[in-house]
Amino acid sequence: MIIDGHFGEYGGRFVPEALIGALEELEAAHKASQEDPSFIAELTELHRTYTGRPSIITEAKRFGEHAGGARIFLKREDLNHTGSHKINNVLGQALLTKRMGKKRIIAETGAGQHGVASATAAALMGLECVVYMGEEDTRRQALNVARMKLLGAEVVPVTSGSKTLKDAINEAMRDWVTNVADTHYMLGTVAGPHPFPTMVRDFHKIIGIEAREQMLTLTGKLPDAVLACVGGGSNAIGIFNAFIPDANVRLIGLEAGGDGVETGRHAATITGGSPGVLHGTRSYVLQDDNGQTIESHSISAGLDYPGVGPEHAYLHDIGRAEYRAINDDAAMAAFELLCKTEGIIPAIETAHALAGALVIGKEIGPDANLLINLSGRGDKDVQTAAEYFGIPL
Amino acid sequence: MTQLDQVMAKVRQENRAALIAYIPAGFPSQEGCAKAIRVLADAGVDAIEIGFPYSDPVMDGPVIQEAADISIKAGTKAADVFAALKVASDTGVAAVVMTYWNPIAKYGVEKFAQSIADNGGSGVITPDLTIEESDEWIAATGKSGINPIYVVAPSTSNERLKNVTAKTGGFVYAASMMGVTGSRDAVSSTASELVSRVRTVTELPISVGLGVSTREQAKSLAAYADGVIVGSAFIKLLLDAPSEQAGLDAISDLAKELALGVREGR
Repeated sequence: MIIDGHFGEYGGRFVPEALIGALEELEAAHKASQEDPSFIAELTELHRTYTGRPSIITEAKRFGEHAGGARIFLKREDLNHTGSHKINNVLGQALLTKRMGKKRIIAETGAGQHGVASATAAALMGLECVVYMGEEDTRRQALNVARMKLLGAEVVPVTSGSKTLKDAINEAMRDWVTNVADTHYMLGTVAGPHPFPTMVRDFHKIIGIEAREQMLTLTGKLPDAVLACVGGGSNAIGIFNAFIPDANVRLIGLEAGGDGVETGRHAATITGGSPGVLHGTRSYVLQDDNGQTIESHSISAGLDYPGVGPEHAYLHDIGRAEYRAINDDAAMAAFELLCKTEGIIPAIETAHALAGALVIGKEIGPDANLLINLSGRGDKDVQTAAEYFGIPL
Repeated sequence: MTQLDQVMAKVRQENRAALIAYIPAGFPSQEGCAKAIRVLADAGVDAIEIGFPYSDPVMDGPVIQEAADISIKAGTKAADVFAALKVASDTGVAAVVMTYWNPIAKYGVEKFAQSIADNGGSGVITPDLTIEESDEWIAATGKSGINPIYVVAPSTSNERLKNVTAKTGGFVYAASMMGVTGSRDAVSSTASELVSRVRTVTELPISVGLGVSTREQAKSLAAYADGVIVGSAFIKLLLDAPSEQAGLDAISDLAKELALGVREGR
């Protein structure tokens, strides 16, 4: 049952009391906006003239030959302004921020995609923007730090804990506890306390709504399976949502298996974690026997997170969605294959979904129609990929 | 009636505020923590909060984060928290635990509450557990006879204050300001406003925390609060001290000063 911000036993609010007022205000603003024609019209127009929606679908025929001959359809969120699905959410939240009369947004970022998207939305709407980013990540993703600064955002390197995405979220929450009166926390995924998992899903569900209609037009039927990579899980929920009532469509989330789930060095939270509370929500968590969060590992900074959205935990437990882990090497092989067969450089996050398609295509066979959310482009990952493949820079 | 209930009643009778100190289990070391607890009790502290360090403490500022990191890296477990609690309660002060929800949930909610009671503890402060998610916890603390202590903030509405304090036992933890733990030069005026609002909805004692580090601050809070909570100021002294003994001496001196402060407010 999905009720009051709970997805079965998952979700809810586990936050300092200081934030409850802001979460209630946000919940009310989100609820009102969903039924407000002027809000919907404003966001739709922004998507048409700024984001570049609807995003197209590309059939990946040469790539499909390597997936057991399955037909592979790519939902091209990588072609959105700023290069990923993240823009869908930040434009929605930025509009809400203005409606709530707040002037400042804060955001966390791992790889920098959500930070860049947040800085973009803030520039567009004239909001002050502060992005928290783990010190480790500011080094790994220096280019995105520069992009955010060009867009007028302040980037704060986070030096606490593991100095990565998890700690950037902690620091953003501390800022929010302190400055909640004039500040909106623009959380970048379908995790965190209610209403974030619901609200962020609502801003991304356009992906699945478009894709479902496009697949019906293109193939005359629904796909056999919909695949997406899962870190926090926002692009996956976005494309899954419209297909949840279609019981014959398999929903498959591909988590970051890192060096392999069996090694303990991974970010496959549903595959290798257990129920717990992290960052304000109850979901699956990578944790030790004392309930301490375990650091995750993945070649993909955007999937390198020890939690996952509560709706994914729920879809997993009720058997509506399946979750599998894809190791770094398999993801990078799929990354290279898409580059060379289709002329598309995907984000390394997305490459996990592509690697999943290679496996699922072979399992189902040549009659399979697979829809994959191509959630982001790989420009930001060129350095990581060059290092991985030994291309001198 | 828990030991904490008795202490809060006693200070009310003495027309003063209680001095409540915070220290994380396993900090500065397992043995050092036990020594610090005894030093604080000797110096006149009325109650001690033992922190169960957690990897993602969103309510804590840099000082407590650093102490928590040290403790977690040293391998502090629930058993160490209960041992420190026992050390504290054996000194005669009221002893409670403060921790985030996940370590409790992972340990087992009922088992955790019972272990608190078994080790002489009076209650648990849970800064990220909202009353909406508390059904299992309220049942468990009721069964074990310990106080569920909730935090309220300046942003908490009057309506919500009523609902939160209705579930609370021992004392209401009033956050003096919007922010995380850590010493501030001045304790914000929002504290007195919050305490008066809480007074209108509950008879429970009200303790104020966040940002308190000096005798003067303790004195000004003691004018209207039933308890004054000090954490980061003690931890900073322990972190900065050239030796463990120097750190223990420093927290002893500060606790004595603060103990005077909570007696000077009215």
